[in-house]
Amino acid sequence: MSDASNEATGEGLAYTLHVNGVGREVHDAWVGESLLYVLRERLGLMGSKGACEQGECGSCSVLIDGNLVCGCLVLAASATGQQIVTIEGIAPVGAPSDVQQAFVDAGAVQCGFCTPGLIMATHSLLDRSPEPSEMEIREELSGNICRCTGYGRIIDAVQRVAVSRRAGAQ
Amino acid sequence: MSVLVPTSLDAALQAIAAAPDATVLAGGTDLMVEINGGHRRVAGTVVVVNRVPELCTWYHDPRSGTLRIGAGVTYAEIERDPIGQWVPALAQAARTVGSPQIRHAATIGGNVGTCSPAGDGLPVLAALDAVVELQSSAGTRLVPFGEFMVGPKRTVRQPGELITAITVPVLSGWQGYAKVGVRNAMVIAVASAALVVGDGSVSLALGSVGPVILRCPEVEALVAELADFGERQLSVDAIDRCREAARRAARPIDDHRSTADYRRHAVGVLAGRLLRRAFPNE
Repeated sequence: MSDASNEATGEGLAYTLHVNGVGREVHDAWVGESLLYVLRERLGLMGSKGACEQGECGSCSVLIDGNLVCGCLVLAASATGQQIVTIEGIAPVGAPSDVQQAFVDAGAVQCGFCTPGLIMATHSLLDRSPEPSEMEIREELSGNICRCTGYGRIIDAVQRVAVSRRAGAQ
Repeated sequence: MSVLVPTSLDAALQAIAAAPDATVLAGGTDLMVEINGGHRRVAGTVVVVNRVPELCTWYHDPRSGTLRIGAGVTYAEIERDPIGQWVPALAQAARTVGSPQIRHAATIGGNVGTCSPAGDGLPVLAALDAVVELQSSAGTRLVPFGEFMVGPKRTVRQPGELITAITVPVLSGWQGYAKVGVRNAMVIAVASAALVVGDGSVSLALGSVGPVILRCPEVEALVAELADFGERQLSVDAIDRCREAARRAARPIDDHRSTADYRRHAVGVLAGRLLRRAFPNE
């Protein structure tokens, strides 16, 4: 059993999260803090966005042990021992992933607030289903709300990646 | 205060025995919404149960024709085969739970533990006469779902007990789930219904239209009397009567999500729609 308690000092919790391949120490944390909060406010990883904090908007999407989840709905102290990947772990600054580049090329980014979550969701979708139908794209991205684009260019971006990966694989 | 992440069922049961009033956390998709919104204080012990391997597995027993689904199995897994083949209505309900992000985290045990009248899996479990397995340091008890849920978010689970599994029958007849909400994805049911066709009988359960999931004995009796199960035939008039009976069975309320009148109307439409899918011939 891993135990994130720190009752001896009477202070907050202390635990370690594995984020983008690096062990990150968290100290003096409140028990109810979400992973999104800890990523942004304690670990300085501002890429995951916080909007609804109830799992509706998807702007905080991260991967935990390979599964796409809402960071706001994960109790941070429960994610010890799991591999967490955030948007910062997708590609280094200045060298965008193929999905990120496709979003730029397709004009799928307007205000940009939803973009990190959509990039995470698109990577997750294409890893599981390399050639998704439009219906599948719409269903798989249904947990990511964008109030600017109307989704057309986002779907276009996802399809561009699928096409270019298929061409690259041949 | 502490957060315990047991990685065996024994350890989880010990943790809950030591702190019977601990907050049990499964996928977090209900609890974290309450915590983030400031509607729930967390003090004392949190026992996290979604990393317990025994809870994250399922077992299909072809001899008894049952599927035992561990409480920690996620809705992402339930919407896929093979579980989807064995309990198609549960897979349909699973596919309407939140979004892919929610389904990767949300568990059937958490859905049953929260026991909201709007819980998407619950009408299916009610229609299937599912059995809820509870374990504690005192042993194991099995509770039919219809007796497990006693009110909105109220169950017979006792302090110190952990929901460990849900067992459902694997049936060959038609079954389905239908739901009304403001959009197709990421929506909490305004009204929902599950229909399961057995051997010369049906089970119909209604969600979001009462303090608990409601079975519809009147509709079930009408269909048993009026349907031709071999020909999958049910007359327009019979479906009209069933729709009316479903509306009468509903006990909805007005709240922020909808009105009682609309819910009563919608659940009748859903019941009729499911019956027509199950019995496509007039």
